Amino acid sequence: MKIGVCVKVVPDTDTRIKIGGDGASIEENGIKWIVSPYDAFAVEEGVQTKEAQSGEVVLFSVGPKAWQTQLRAGGLAVGADKAVIVDDPAMGGADGLGVAKALSAAAKAEGVEVLFAGKQAIDDDNVQVPAMIAELLNWPLVSFVSDLNIDGQSFTATRNVGGGTQEVVTGSLPAVFTADRGLNSPRYAKLPAIMKAKKKPVDVKALADIGLSDADVAAAVQVKSLSLPVERAAGRMLEGDVDAMVNELARLLREEAKVI
Amino acid sequence: MSGILVIAEHEGGVFKKTAAELIGKAAALAGSLGVEVSAAVLGDAPAAELGAFGATKVYQVAGDFSSYDTGMVVSGLDAALKASGASTVLAAASFLGKDAVPRLVARTNGGQASECTDLVATDGSVVGHRPQYAGKVMAEVAISRSPAFFTVRPNSFGQPAATGGTAEVVAVNAELSPSGLTLVERKTPETEAVDLTEAERIVSGGRSLKSQENFDSVIRPLAEAFGATAGASRAAVDAGYAPHGDQVGQTGKTVNPQLYVAMGISGAIQHLAGMRTSKVIVAVNTDADAPIFEHATYGLVADLFEVAPKLQAAIESLD
Repeated sequence: MKIGVCVKVVPDTDTRIKIGGDGASIEENGIKWIVSPYDAFAVEEGVQTKEAQSGEVVLFSVGPKAWQTQLRAGGLAVGADKAVIVDDPAMGGADGLGVAKALSAAAKAEGVEVLFAGKQAIDDDNVQVPAMIAELLNWPLVSFVSDLNIDGQSFTATRNVGGGTQEVVTGSLPAVFTADRGLNSPRYAKLPAIMKAKKKPVDVKALADIGLSDADVAAAVQVKSLSLPVERAAGRMLEGDVDAMVNELARLLREEAKVI
Repeated sequence: MSGILVIAEHEGGVFKKTAAELIGKAAALAGSLGVEVSAAVLGDAPAAELGAFGATKVYQVAGDFSSYDTGMVVSGLDAALKASGASTVLAAASFLGKDAVPRLVARTNGGQASECTDLVATDGSVVGHRPQYAGKVMAEVAISRSPAFFTVRPNSFGQPAATGGTAEVVAVNAELSPSGLTLVERKTPETEAVDLTEAERIVSGGRSLKSQENFDSVIRPLAEAFGATAGASRAAVDAGYAPHGDQVGQTGKTVNPQLYVAMGISGAIQHLAGMRTSKVIVAVNTDADAPIFEHATYGLVADLFEVAPKLQAAIESLD
């Protein structure tokens, strides 16, 4: 089975975000880049599916070809076989739908039969692209999956539909699954696998290679400006022994903050 | 621009709070833009009632939507959108807003700004304000192609007053295409605790708890005393002290309570991103240099194991 996994490379969660000179993008200097954590669940699920069913895991990403460093470390070194990066100047200001068009065209060109993605990328937090890909491929979508069992062409999936409620659904492939926390525990890359990953193929493609024009991916959505949230004023450190601090805290919560 | 369409969700014929909230906001925006507000309703619900909040027409799609099916929802909403002729669509950032709306955006070749916390009428169109990087940055987002979709985080605007008007209900007959998935089981949580994302009060524990037993015997009773929902840092979840669903932070839940009590949490950037908008933050940590204290309303440099039982007793003794 040909298994596709969509992967985005994002700033590490410990990054302190600064706004760039244009006021509408972030300052990228000094950022440590990682595979988006939910995409790491998707990669692991793709690899586990391959191990259970046999086949090949292909990673798909829209971004600079330099992302291959993270795709190798966070994908090819943990069991994926190949990566396809769509790197094209026209994707520079692309919105979610533009990215979805590129990813679905690339996945189609590879003949993918099932597609995994993280439920959201932790940079723009859009929660858009995987559902859009499902629409563009005309495949069923199973969002926020926390348990999945694929048996041949059939699957049983548990999805988190909000407020702690879960639904168990069945269906048949092809389908797009978005990974939620709890789906699996991504494995760590072992040194021999990291060495081997350096030799695995990474195809860099332009839009024309996957049958798309610049106009196809023209963005409807524009980020006009970014701003930093207002930092809260420094608070108060309570003093004295534990009993004194606890009593003062209870009093402040009731009388000053009025939250209890 | 032509009108604004609000996707009004209901459960078994009872409209969700977000329906009135979004119609109220749409009416305010439509006032400054000089356009009309309509609503889309899937299945049986008292659609005319939505007029009370400012919808002039409601496009009601006939069909059985009692269990959620992405394909049915998308095809139903597509038909309602076409019937309304609206160029701007508002929806809640609910499961439907995250699962079906992006599919509808792709089907209509539109644009989407997700999880907005504010909407503003600017230069004749709607601009969305939304958090990115789990709230480390706020973005101002414009959509230049129609239809423009904005999904909105629940409780961003509050409930509008009902003015008592009635909306004209337009029946929409749509060809509904099921997704091919079969629902075999629906599991609702047994706990009475409010979901973290909706909780007014949260008591969270970190790595310092040292074990699941300590988490269960220290954090959960303290949370109960506060009438709060228990949360956890990523370190505590990764160590197995609390389940994944309890995680607060950039790779967990973004929360917005009145009171957030951080017990033994150092305040990593990714944790702060998920709880920084809490109105009052209490931090208890033995390390006086922990970053959490820079964000705390009230800080206690102390051992959480000493503080927790005393704080619990103090809260329980309040009337």
